[in-house]
Amino acid sequence: MARFALRRLFQAVIVLFFVSVFTFLIFQVIPDGTPALRLAGKSATPQTIAAVVRQWGFNKPIWVQYADMMGRIFTGSVISYSEHVNVLSQIERGLPATLSLAIGAGVIWFVFAVVVGALCAVRAGHFIDRLLTLLSLTAISAPTFVVGALGLYFLAWRVHVFPLSGYVPLSQSVGQWFMHLVLPWISLSVVYIGLYSRVLRSTMLDNMHEDYVRTARAKGLSERKILIRHVLRTSLIPIVSMWGLDFAGVIGGGAILVEVVFNLDGVGQYAAESIQALDVPPLMVIVMYGAVLVVLIAALVDVLYVWLDPRVRLEA
Amino acid sequence: MGTARELIRTSWSEPTPSAPAGSASLVGLEEPVRTATGVGPYGLAWRRLRANRVAMAFGGLFLLVLTLCLLAPVYARYVGHIGPNTNDVTGTVRVGGRVEDVVSPIGIPIGPTWHTRFFLGADQNGRTVAVRLLYGGRTSLEIGFIAAAITIVLGVAFGLVAGYYRGAVDSVLTRFMDLVWAYPAVLLGVAIGTSIAVGGGIGIGPFQLRGNSILVPALVIGFVYVPYVAKPIRGQVLSLREQEFVQAARCLGCGSVRIMLSEILPNLMSTILVFVPLMVAGAILLEASLSFLGAGVQPPNASWGTMIQSGLPLLTTSPQLVLAPGIALVLAVLGINVFGEGVREALDPRSQIRVGR
Repeated sequence: MARFALRRLFQAVIVLFFVSVFTFLIFQVIPDGTPALRLAGKSATPQTIAAVVRQWGFNKPIWVQYADMMGRIFTGSVISYSEHVNVLSQIERGLPATLSLAIGAGVIWFVFAVVVGALCAVRAGHFIDRLLTLLSLTAISAPTFVVGALGLYFLAWRVHVFPLSGYVPLSQSVGQWFMHLVLPWISLSVVYIGLYSRVLRSTMLDNMHEDYVRTARAKGLSERKILIRHVLRTSLIPIVSMWGLDFAGVIGGGAILVEVVFNLDGVGQYAAESIQALDVPPLMVIVMYGAVLVVLIAALVDVLYVWLDPRVRLEA
Repeated sequence: MGTARELIRTSWSEPTPSAPAGSASLVGLEEPVRTATGVGPYGLAWRRLRANRVAMAFGGLFLLVLTLCLLAPVYARYVGHIGPNTNDVTGTVRVGGRVEDVVSPIGIPIGPTWHTRFFLGADQNGRTVAVRLLYGGRTSLEIGFIAAAITIVLGVAFGLVAGYYRGAVDSVLTRFMDLVWAYPAVLLGVAIGTSIAVGGGIGIGPFQLRGNSILVPALVIGFVYVPYVAKPIRGQVLSLREQEFVQAARCLGCGSVRIMLSEILPNLMSTILVFVPLMVAGAILLEASLSFLGAGVQPPNASWGTMIQSGLPLLTTSPQLVLAPGIALVLAVLGINVFGEGVREALDPRSQIRVGR
């Protein structure tokens, strides 16, 4: 078990290295040196462009630039092109909003997905199953920002149930914090509820025909107990691993769309503003952090998987 | 040159020679001679799909949206009488006997008139929403199809090569796929889309693409989704290559390319068919997300995502700017998703495939 965990961690570190190289290449090679032109301003003389190139080190060999960039990321001293501000402090500033959004939404989508998926599996083929399946498909088909905009228009503007937008820190007012986040939580959760409930439904339907369920029934357990203690519990394993990855993705920038709609001033909003300004360093750092989170949590999930499911341990 | 499986199928579908017309009645048996009609697995799947009325109805819904978007120039010319990028900020329009500004002095565009002019209202530049909706839909759907084609072709090619050759080739390709997989899809799309926008275009050998070409987002989206197809395909190839018919082909002296293309590929067809609607839906959604963030379709092209982006600041005063493209987007994607669900059930009721993150 410990050996497996170590090996998996080692693998993750290697992937992380490649992630950093790949991200660097995306941002450094595709634009092909033109950031210097952008930095120097619209009516720049060749001299100022040359000065900018030297100052930011665009004339150095690519691996030196990569090492410089990684050094700056690790020491937290990356500077953005457009505002010349420290990227890390900007990200830190946005973290509370993004974390509030991600954690709340993560809890909501997990709970609702389990309820909806289990309900569909129990009533498979009945009216309620078909209705919920159609609703799930609709949820998968609606981008988060469309759901968010609809919610904003109908529930915040037409009917004043929720405040219009913005983020209120938890330390300032718990009630306001909650009310401002309800719509973002729902908009972010909808698509995942749709995805997870469908996966859970089919996994549960598969597991219901397993031998151990027949054994449980033969022992005389109640259907309710079989369903919750045996079928649901095994079927939750893939859902938990999906949840880990998606949760990491949401923290690492997946919430970008919702934050823009609700003006939440989190990491995602910072990324969106950097896109508008074509500002490369903040984007590079955010994309790297996002991928790093996904890779680390994926490794963690794999280790948990082996720990939770002895069958996998035997195979490994 | 038919594969072994085709040979079997044709031999089964060969109609058994029926007895002469009068012979049955002579014996007194009026039962008609049954011939084994050859319905292949895809024929059967098509029958199952046709029987699934919900899936067919939603497929029809998607076709309807597609047709309307393809007819955008016709609508613009004969009904709207205006192009998608024609500004009319200072214009007026007659609604129910009253003359109203297209864009009011404080900058609020007119809402839906439900008449031929400004059927769904105008945007802040006085452009006609209905016309832009159709043109934008054309862009979105075009990107969806092109990106899905890129994803499927690359994903199948990678999966085939990695699964067939195994060893070093497989390791390199699989590691690369894992790498792409590690990024949240929206974030990777944003990263590549933005750097192309920063560079003002992209050049791959002789192909030069300008930054505002709709092929740029199509390429980006197509690339981002490749691992989602390549991984399951590779898994299937790994088991298919050990099957006897592959061994037989190898014994007959078939080369690797021949085995991959005419022995293994036909067996992957049902998986690929399941992926097509999923990838089109995923690509349309990702295009909308990227364009919404400004890293997808670039002006002057309109797409549903860019329309929602530019309409969002006016959500409270002119909701049609967001609602019209938003609803169109959901309807189109829902149509494909339910139809795709039907395709999946028809081809293989047990498989589970998931796209997007």
